[in-house]
Amino acid sequence: MTVYVKGVVFDGVDFDDPNSWNIDAYIQRGGYAALKKIIAEGISQDAIIAELKTSSLRGRGGAGFPTGLKWSFMPRSFPGQKYLVCNTDEGEPGTFKDLDIIVNNPHALIEGMIIGGYAMGISVGYNYIHGEVFAAYERFEAALEEARRAGFLGDKILGSDFSFQLHAHHGYGAYICGEETALLESLEGKKGQPRFKPPFPASFGLYGKPTTINNTETFASVPYIIREGGQKFLELGKPNNGGTKLFSVSGHVNRPGNFEIPLGTPFSELLEMAGGMRGGKKLKAVIPGGSSAPVLPGHIMMETTMDYDAIAKAGSMLGSGAVIVMDETVCMVKALRRLSYFYYEESCGQCTPCREGTGWLYRVVDRIERGLGRPEDLELLESVGKNIAGRTICALGDAAVMPVQGMLKHFRDEFLHHIEHKKCIVPGY
Amino acid sequence: MLEIEIDGTKLTVPNGTTVIEAARSIGTHIPHFCYHKKLSIAANCRMCLVQVEKAPKPLPACATPVNDGMKVFTHSDMAVKAQQGVMEFLLINHPLDCPICDQGGECQLQDLAVGYGASSSRYEEEKRVVPNKDLGPLISTDMTRCIHCTRCVRFTEEVAGMQEIGMAGRGEHSEIMSFIGMTVDSEISGNVIDLCPVGALTSKPFRYTARTWELSRRKSVSPHDGLGSNLVVQVKSDRVMRVLPLENEAINECWIADRDRFSYEALNSEQRLTKPMLKQGGQWIETDWQTALEYVGNGLKSISNEFGAQSLAVLATPHSSVEELFLLNKLSTALGAGAASFGTRYADARLAPAQQGASWLGQPIADIAAAKAVLLIGSTVRKEQPLLAQRLRQAVKRGLKLSLINPMDDELFTTVSNKLIVRPDQLVEALAGVVKAAAELKQQAVPAELANAVVSDAARAIAEQLLAATANEGDRAALLLGNLAAHSPRAAEIASLAAQLAELTGATLGWMSEAANTVGAQVLGLQASNALTQSCKAVLLFNTELEFDSHDAQAALAVAKQAEMVVAFSAFKHGALDYADVLLPITPFSETAGSFINMEGKLQAFNGVVKPLGDSRPGWKVLRVLGNLLGLEGFDFDNAEAVRKAALPQGEAGIAAKLSNAVQGVSIQLQAPSAGLVRLGEVPIYQADALVRRAPSLQKTRDAVAPQVGLSAATAQQLGVQAGERVQVSQGDAHASFQVALDAGLADGVVRLAVAHPDTVVLGAMFAPIQLTRA
Repeated sequence: MTVYVKGVVFDGVDFDDPNSWNIDAYIQRGGYAALKKIIAEGISQDAIIAELKTSSLRGRGGAGFPTGLKWSFMPRSFPGQKYLVCNTDEGEPGTFKDLDIIVNNPHALIEGMIIGGYAMGISVGYNYIHGEVFAAYERFEAALEEARRAGFLGDKILGSDFSFQLHAHHGYGAYICGEETALLESLEGKKGQPRFKPPFPASFGLYGKPTTINNTETFASVPYIIREGGQKFLELGKPNNGGTKLFSVSGHVNRPGNFEIPLGTPFSELLEMAGGMRGGKKLKAVIPGGSSAPVLPGHIMMETTMDYDAIAKAGSMLGSGAVIVMDETVCMVKALRRLSYFYYEESCGQCTPCREGTGWLYRVVDRIERGLGRPEDLELLESVGKNIAGRTICALGDAAVMPVQGMLKHFRDEFLHHIEHKKCIVPGY
Repeated sequence: MLEIEIDGTKLTVPNGTTVIEAARSIGTHIPHFCYHKKLSIAANCRMCLVQVEKAPKPLPACATPVNDGMKVFTHSDMAVKAQQGVMEFLLINHPLDCPICDQGGECQLQDLAVGYGASSSRYEEEKRVVPNKDLGPLISTDMTRCIHCTRCVRFTEEVAGMQEIGMAGRGEHSEIMSFIGMTVDSEISGNVIDLCPVGALTSKPFRYTARTWELSRRKSVSPHDGLGSNLVVQVKSDRVMRVLPLENEAINECWIADRDRFSYEALNSEQRLTKPMLKQGGQWIETDWQTALEYVGNGLKSISNEFGAQSLAVLATPHSSVEELFLLNKLSTALGAGAASFGTRYADARLAPAQQGASWLGQPIADIAAAKAVLLIGSTVRKEQPLLAQRLRQAVKRGLKLSLINPMDDELFTTVSNKLIVRPDQLVEALAGVVKAAAELKQQAVPAELANAVVSDAARAIAEQLLAATANEGDRAALLLGNLAAHSPRAAEIASLAAQLAELTGATLGWMSEAANTVGAQVLGLQASNALTQSCKAVLLFNTELEFDSHDAQAALAVAKQAEMVVAFSAFKHGALDYADVLLPITPFSETAGSFINMEGKLQAFNGVVKPLGDSRPGWKVLRVLGNLLGLEGFDFDNAEAVRKAALPQGEAGIAAKLSNAVQGVSIQLQAPSAGLVRLGEVPIYQADALVRRAPSLQKTRDAVAPQVGLSAATAQQLGVQAGERVQVSQGDAHASFQVALDAGLADGVVRLAVAHPDTVVLGAMFAPIQLTRA
């Protein structure tokens, strides 16, 4: 189920039309106009990056880094090969927006990447697509072929001197391959393990060459910004939080799905769009930005707007925009146990704190859930978490710790109850 | 240069220095496991986390480059808490089985746990158990102890050249392992035992035999290849228990080859000869030294009287020490037999007279890595010189261009720029092509002898590369000759052409000396020629095993069998039981003082690390007594130092004066390739000397498998034989049967079949014609 209110990424897409994804439909709703304009008017690289900066577009993969700034890091005069990489690995639990983009509007992504290649002087791009999606991968390959045949992709695009090759790459389903340097390793054919940074991909990326990596949704927002102007995009949202954002709403709502809404929309409105709470139950908690984001109690969420700054202020993060809604029937210990199990299983094993610590966290939470917890376990969890966070090669360590910290911050009573009474505070569990 | 401060101490370090290196330079130790100065930075153990001013989080010292003005705190609260946190993680799944672990007492984890670990664990869950892996006969595994530092992984990939170990699986389920069904077969694999900071990878032969604190450590020098690797020999109860590297950046860096590490097993072998033995009435009897030496003395005198002194041949292997070779040569000369020979594997009688000095590497070992281009000529370099091959591999990564002229195209695990792969009897013609190309490129007259040389594209590319490498002032190139060149029946022509090429291109010419004391033997005046002829009536064999140490085993054995008296000085009972009359038990390198001169001309002395086994005696002492018994002058020495002083009166300077790779008076006669099959008979790595032949663990490695007949696919097809089929090979009247293996790196017409192996000793010469028929 996908709904857009003021669409950027899904601007004009008709979700009821099975052909709405294809190049003719895309062109009809204004697609590739941005690229044509750039080529025809010879818009400079600097002007494109300036437009992105005006738009205040921030990375949609989770970290929210300003895209214009990232593009300006690329050494444009670098003499050798450079690469542009799109991260469609989308492994964050709760997130299913990028899949929707490559299925329903793949050309927005393709056009965005071509513009990125133009703006940074890059001639080769890759789209790394999550391992377990097959039809979506084929859809994207079909769209690439359409773009090539139409002359938007390949050698001498639209008769200009600019050439750009774009290839799809199918991953194998490891969560860690969504981390940009692990993704690069995987793309090179190696085991997907994050690299130590610095050097950052902008100087030492794919095959050791300067590389820019962005999320699918980020690239798919670019054509709109060029076509309509950065200012217009910015005004869709709010200052420093420009544009619209896709939110993947899941959990105990009546109408789970993707919702493209302006940044700054109150959470209560988003919940309304998602059909409200299932079975009329009470909202208990929300994980607002994918499983790595700290959980927030429902009452805090109901007073929060959906944008980077507001959610950070509330004590969590917007992340990838995966909104996991939990009603009053959820046992938070059990929920955390599942989350911790995920990080325990998905740690790449490279560095010590994450390899050893994620298993420890999981085992302690599991023990509490099974009624074998001890009073000192909560301090132990916090202490182990502290020893992981900030001490690992990549952010997976932090991601594993944040759910634990969020749960213990807001729902400590439930954990204590489990330890004391060896059963759940929530009836029925 | 950058100015920084570590724990309040100001220092200046070059750009690009990491925090851990900077700290080390002022003697500050930062705890670490995955960091190793010779390996790439992994930053995965996180033990070296330190506090850096203005950084919100602790940073890994191994991977953090120093910035100007940086202030580092290695013992601050933040740093110590981070280090303690990591130590706790490392220990939660570690079995803590130190009492039964071979690494106990020399374990980095154990040491650092004392400093950073807690006295009891907060972890009360189940611990991880990891199945052990079969990494081959040399490396034992206890993978539950592994802390995933990946030093072993990086070593195999970066130093040994092929990633034979990897980390499979994810997260807590990650396991260090070899490829499925494969072992670790590198010729320098044992170094992962030293690299492993815990007891996950330990020495299989040494397993459960001693604790580190029971061992005394004694310095020594490897008696195998010409590198002269520095060793620490560890001894308990007068027995060598294991061998480890002694770091010497100029020679072996911090590595040793597997044969340096594991050949000690032979020192305690049951094949050791521990009493003098005489053959009487076809039966071997043990006797005392007096009787044995008198027998030898009388025999030498009577044969000399009857057949003349020229009927005496004195042969030694270049694995013998300076002191032994000096006295042996003195004895040979004093008996009127002329200089002793160390050249039983040599086949070109023109070589020794043409050489103008002791052939050597031509440069310090460490300089090779600084060359811009290297041309290897006639060498199975990984097997002949495992650590030199490793140095070349590192140098190629830094830009050295490596080229080859070889009779086989074995995997070197590095990038080879150009190569000429030819029949072993065509090495001269291939090299001549490069010389001619270099002369043409330099617009110099091509020597008349080389007028007909064929210049292939590869030959021209090699010449161009050598010239380009030396074009700039201060830039260097090197030509390195290996054992296959030295043992070639056309070695003199190869040496002469190599010298011409060096002259034309400005490259340095060097020989990668075969054995620990090949240079020493030449400096002392021993001859690099085969002294065995049908007129020999008395043969003294010093460490030499004719069947394994000869260019043509059958020809050598035929001489020995017709001789009146064969005396074998040996540490082992060997094939001489068949053809000798006297066996004199001399000690291996570990039981006597001595010295070797390595390929770069460096004299390295060593002391005995254990007492001589049984009645065996140091070779130099035996020769001293024999000299005195024969009434010869100048055999009175009190100790090995005195012998060394007499052998090398001018010391290092005297050695340097004798080193030269110049060759004179060799005429080159280019030959058209023969139509027949030719043998390529290299000496296998673990058959090269008496010790490795008797080291059981080395004999279980893949490098020690029974020889097969290697053929190119085209040759196999022409002969109508297939891979895996048994074929009969013949040299002269000798026959043996072997399995065929296809070898894509061989020129057509080449039959690759190792020499010096029990299965092949019945055959003939290394590079001679050979016949092959279907069995």
